Amino acid sequence: MRTLPLAVGFMPLVDAAPLIIAHELGFAEEEGLALHLQSAPSWSTLRDRLVLGQIEAAHMLAPVPVAMALGLGGVPTQLDALCVLSVNGNAIGISNALADEIAAKAPLPGFLDATATGQALANLGRTLRVGVPFPFSMHAELLHYWLASSGLNTPETLDMRIIPPPLMAEAIAADEIDAFCVGEPWGSITVEQGGGQLLVASAAIWNFTPEKVLAVRRDWAQAEDDLTGRLIRAVWKAGRWLSDPSKRSTASDILGWPEYLDVSPDILERALSGQMLTQARGTLTTVPRMLEFFDSAATFPWRSQAAWIGTRMAARFGLDRVQSAQTASKVFRSDLYRRHLANLGAVMPLASEKCEGALDAPTVHKATNGTLVLGPDRFFDGRIFDPAQPE
Amino acid sequence: MTAKLTILIVEPDKTRADAIIDSLVATGDHHIRVLAESTGLARSVAELNPDLVLVDVANPSRDAIDALALASSPLERPVAMFVDRSDDGLTKAAIEAGVSAYVVDGMHPDRVKPVLDAAIARFHMFARMRNELAATKRALEERKIIDRAKGILMRARNLSEDEAYALIRKTAMGQGKKIADVAQALVTASELLS
Repeated sequence: MRTLPLAVGFMPLVDAAPLIIAHELGFAEEEGLALHLQSAPSWSTLRDRLVLGQIEAAHMLAPVPVAMALGLGGVPTQLDALCVLSVNGNAIGISNALADEIAAKAPLPGFLDATATGQALANLGRTLRVGVPFPFSMHAELLHYWLASSGLNTPETLDMRIIPPPLMAEAIAADEIDAFCVGEPWGSITVEQGGGQLLVASAAIWNFTPEKVLAVRRDWAQAEDDLTGRLIRAVWKAGRWLSDPSKRSTASDILGWPEYLDVSPDILERALSGQMLTQARGTLTTVPRMLEFFDSAATFPWRSQAAWIGTRMAARFGLDRVQSAQTASKVFRSDLYRRHLANLGAVMPLASEKCEGALDAPTVHKATNGTLVLGPDRFFDGRIFDPAQPE
Repeated sequence: MTAKLTILIVEPDKTRADAIIDSLVATGDHHIRVLAESTGLARSVAELNPDLVLVDVANPSRDAIDALALASSPLERPVAMFVDRSDDGLTKAAIEAGVSAYVVDGMHPDRVKPVLDAAIARFHMFARMRNELAATKRALEERKIIDRAKGILMRARNLSEDEAYALIRKTAMGQGKKIADVAQALVTASELLS
């Protein structure tokens, strides 16, 4: 079949799966696209490649397009998020020394207990050096949210260091950081190499975190409406394929190939199956919704998710919250998502924004094509974010 | 069949060809070429790289079906075949040759579009299964090599399986190489030395 070439960048992470699978299993070809996937060494490189037009689309941290719309980060280009690529998927890990220090006072809390683990870190009463992959990331946002809410005196006692995900295991083993928040498989690799252990899943801090998005330049999306639609559809189909548990083993094999993550498939399967090993000599912990590519409208770019990110950034960087929430919400293109997926029978929510954190359990909602199960989307401290009153 | 497609049609009957073109043109702005004979099919397919091949033959022999299927490269694009008469053996032969749709006595211009839509969907489904299978095979091959390399290290250096894998991984990371490449190098070297 005839295909149009499209250069797409990604970081070697399990949550790049929708792009890799769209290419390897032919969902892109089905939409008439030939994806040229390029691995990037860091998030800043990937963002620059996209901004400079060396690639047309990228696997991107959800807060990056929001930060750029708010004028943060010093790059004037506007990016749009066409869809959410993945929900959740990060883990917070600590060095062995820090684990010993905490365990000397009380046994380490469970991997799903964000309240007790946050408290344990806050009780240390000292500055923590924490590795995150990029200043504008859900990693940074969730750490600030979680630690401040747990009583840590942020930002003064939170010393964030920027470290690309594949180097995180090395950094914690070399005592350059006390803790990190990183996407899989790099948390599991830290455990594997013995440099540290995993403390808490990001899904326990916010049950439904928009983690990565499919980002393009706004002017490109305007000029290339047809390609934009093909790309959204190819990635959506790949996400649907990934949501089938019987495909996990094949997905881990493909992701593990040298041109993608070059990591043993057994390690990759942990995040895909939600069976996480938190300590080298521990047992597997089942993490509900460790990493989600499709179910519960995971790919829908909720404007309220972008508003949450924008509001949090406004608070940290001293911007007007209401205005930032409005600017941010326009970056998540639920309008394009709806239009380009309408003919595929995709089930979509009736509204494009909701109160974030209001659902304690899975609940059935009316949707465009029947019904949709949404939630849980709780924050660990029970706060609810209303996009109409961003605080 | 919404986008603009390049469609190659093999249709000896001029009237039928015109009727097919009319029905296809009504569905979109497609680029259509018609061949009156199947002799030039392979060359036209190579030259045009069509998104879809539609073949209409009255009463083909088994060899003719094989030849038509081969010429249209059915693993690279959906191929729909319309025949007037057939038997079970021929239907089976056509499907085995990779034809996405095989329709007996069904060449009615108004029915062409749904048949082609089904052929496209079926083609994509099979392509996906082929890709999945290829991925699994490749993974199996790589695992075999890594297992052999682990075995060599376990015997030569008296390591456990986990230790052997950790050593291969560490070496790969230290040299900026792929795990499978380091394993392959070890297997090759050990074959040379034994």
